[in-house]
Amino acid sequence: MSPSTPAAAARASLAQSLVRLSGITKRFGSTLALDAVDLDLRAGEVIALMGANGAGKSTLVRILSGVYPPDAGTIVINGATVAPTSPKAAKALGVVTVHQAIAEVGVPTLTVAENLVLDDLCAAKTGALASRKQIRARAATIAAGIGLDLDINQTLDRLTIAEQQLVAIARAVASNPAVMIFDEPTASLSKDEVDRLFAVIDRLRERGAAILYISHRLADLRRIADRVAVLRDGKMVGAFEQPIDLTAAVQAMIGRGIGRAAQHTPIERGAPQLVLSRIKLRENTEPFDLTVRRGEVVAITGAVGAGKSSLAEIIFGVRPPAGGTMTVAGRSWAPRAPGQSIKGGVFLAGEDRWRTSLFPATVPFASIAGTISFPFLRGWYPAGPVGTAREREAAEHGIRAFGVKCRDHRDRLNALSGGNQQKVVVARWHAEPAQVLLLDEPFQGVDIGAREDIVRAIRAGAAERATLVFVSDHEEALEVGDRIVVMHDHKIIEDQDREAIDLAQILTAAAQIGTKRPEAET
Amino acid sequence: MSTVQSTRAGIGEWISRSAIFVLLAIMIVVFQVQEPAFLNVNNLFSILQAVSITALLGVGITVTLAVGGFDLSAGSVAAFAQMAASYVLVVNQVTGTEAVIIVLLIGAAIGIVNAILIVKVGVPDLLATLGTLFLLVGLELIPSGGHSISTGVMLPDGSTGDGKFPADFLALGRWHLGGVVPLPVIILAVIALIVWFVMERTRWGRVFYAIGGNETAARLAGAPTKKYRTMAYVISGVIASLGGILLAARIGRGDVSAGNSLLLDSVAAALIGYAVLGVNHPNVFGTVVGAVFVGVLLNGLTMLNAPYYAQDFVKGAVLVAALAVTFGLRRRRD
Repeated sequence: MSPSTPAAAARASLAQSLVRLSGITKRFGSTLALDAVDLDLRAGEVIALMGANGAGKSTLVRILSGVYPPDAGTIVINGATVAPTSPKAAKALGVVTVHQAIAEVGVPTLTVAENLVLDDLCAAKTGALASRKQIRARAATIAAGIGLDLDINQTLDRLTIAEQQLVAIARAVASNPAVMIFDEPTASLSKDEVDRLFAVIDRLRERGAAILYISHRLADLRRIADRVAVLRDGKMVGAFEQPIDLTAAVQAMIGRGIGRAAQHTPIERGAPQLVLSRIKLRENTEPFDLTVRRGEVVAITGAVGAGKSSLAEIIFGVRPPAGGTMTVAGRSWAPRAPGQSIKGGVFLAGEDRWRTSLFPATVPFASIAGTISFPFLRGWYPAGPVGTAREREAAEHGIRAFGVKCRDHRDRLNALSGGNQQKVVVARWHAEPAQVLLLDEPFQGVDIGAREDIVRAIRAGAAERATLVFVSDHEEALEVGDRIVVMHDHKIIEDQDREAIDLAQILTAAAQIGTKRPEAET
Repeated sequence: MSTVQSTRAGIGEWISRSAIFVLLAIMIVVFQVQEPAFLNVNNLFSILQAVSITALLGVGITVTLAVGGFDLSAGSVAAFAQMAASYVLVVNQVTGTEAVIIVLLIGAAIGIVNAILIVKVGVPDLLATLGTLFLLVGLELIPSGGHSISTGVMLPDGSTGDGKFPADFLALGRWHLGGVVPLPVIILAVIALIVWFVMERTRWGRVFYAIGGNETAARLAGAPTKKYRTMAYVISGVIASLGGILLAARIGRGDVSAGNSLLLDSVAAALIGYAVLGVNHPNVFGTVVGAVFVGVLLNGLTMLNAPYYAQDFVKGAVLVAALAVTFGLRRRRD
């Protein structure tokens, strides 16, 4: 499994260049998105492309997959110079991309089987009347090819996001592409789903495909990459062969050293701020206790579907617990709606920012200031009319505290990069003092530099509250938390101080989680 | 962004911002050249008087659009309100003030019915209000047995309604301030200003728009989204019934066919409003401008003796063009 085995290294060095990008340049207005980038993809090799938000990764992927043409430079595939003009043309050349965006995954109302053979159905070469039996047989072969363990007769919209993503990957792999591009494929996958994905990638590598893998997760890269290429500000700033020095790669990517998790300033632990007693997340799961003290930052980790989001939603009053009681700052806590929680100083920044936190561009006030002030308007402007001074002040404070890159507080959210959008989401819940701050996946789709900024700001503001950060990535948990709590099957299975924990121990706990498939969260 | 791109975006912005005003100016010039009586104070106020009711309905529809809904029933609420006002005045012989209060309450009640269907039962907005539209179109005919209502109307049970439209009620549709400005225009101005202020300048307006943009995000930020969506339909219902009152006062009887074009005109006004100033979202100012735009167009065409049957076609063409501009630019900007 590990790419650092001698066999893999030998394979990589023997492999010849399948795709050669030379001097790729792309300009958007005055921004030089890509500046004479060279990159070789070799058959039977996984190359990881690293880069901060805005470094040019997506642009490079889109050029290779035919979404738009380069301004200069050449793409050579198998010795022939090509210029794919559309994703379809790129696919004909054997270049297939798996995107992170859920909307591009498939047709929600069709069955898994139909989605798996969708390309064939659309190509119509199977004839107008494809029998259900044929579809199912073909789909079953595809599913088996990547070890997809699902009922292929249910419709896609019945699946979890992670399962939908696996279906998309299965569909992409089915055409047996020569070049496979994965754009942040593990963002929504649980531990064992990631393992399955990596098994698929290993299989593709064995078959001699060239794989371009884009991810923010160091753990992924460590496990899967044969080589690492690093983009910064549109330039190729580093190429790392086996054995890969990931720290150096990350340094090249952000242009400064990584703030290691070990550099936490010690915190003052105060009185118990949030106490959960015999809390049951669901009717049929076991109750558990949890106490978070004032000043503590607790990272709650566990696979997708382990109940992290349910726990956050119950504390925030989105729904009631199936049993048990809660107290906040010594007083009984049983919120019936988010509005009540916000009034009581319990804040939640939800996962998946465009679903739970941000407003689209058609909303008139979807600026940094308007986004930050929205939950607090009632308190800030009790009379009704909204003045700009108060929200401007709050926004400017948030921009400074989190290092949001923007022109000013009036910038529209959709004009910011993903990392900066996320900073605004977390900054919003620092605009008023919190009793309990709940952050669900606050580092989603955020590069390491922005993650550091967010961690620093969270910890800087943690003294007067209890902070709970829900992350499925263990490195993120270690980076942000004083205490690590591991959840599995809607209860807590590990709860230790950060000093007492080593990564191996957490990974073992997580590996045990991986042995049993968690139920899909509803 | 490069200078080239920003200039291009700037031109696009400028077109989307001012297209409707430029078209309005061109239309006025053309009509004025063809027909010198066009730019005459009385004619201008008669245009405004004609658009005041559709603009009013459009303002209510705009609020429902802002929460991501759509009140298709507004036109039939106004028609129903017009019949109801006539009925209570002629048959029940209530005073003008009482009639106004009763009809506004009916409007609120219809808004609540819409809201229950949409928010509680979960019927999609368009379908729920389409349902109430049909319901009201039928219901307004039942009390009078399908007849228009004026003094002496024969009811299905054989009795007659002998009440009259009182002068104070008729004044709502007919009185002119200083002999020039029609009262419906003043009422429209006041209502539009209030709703504009609430939607654009207060925290309540932000919640309405937030729900339309992303209801989940609004709810998780503490907004009582169901309450606001209910409010939107009640506001639309009340404003539409006010429109019906003004209509009844102007024509002085309950006319079974009076509300026929109200829905199309007011929906067109609200949708054309998206394009005004390039804001790309439902907005009260744009809706009023959209209603005036349609009003000027129809008035001018009438003055130029364009056939009446071409009017709906012209309205439709304007609406389609405005929508194409709005959504075309929105897509290019994304």
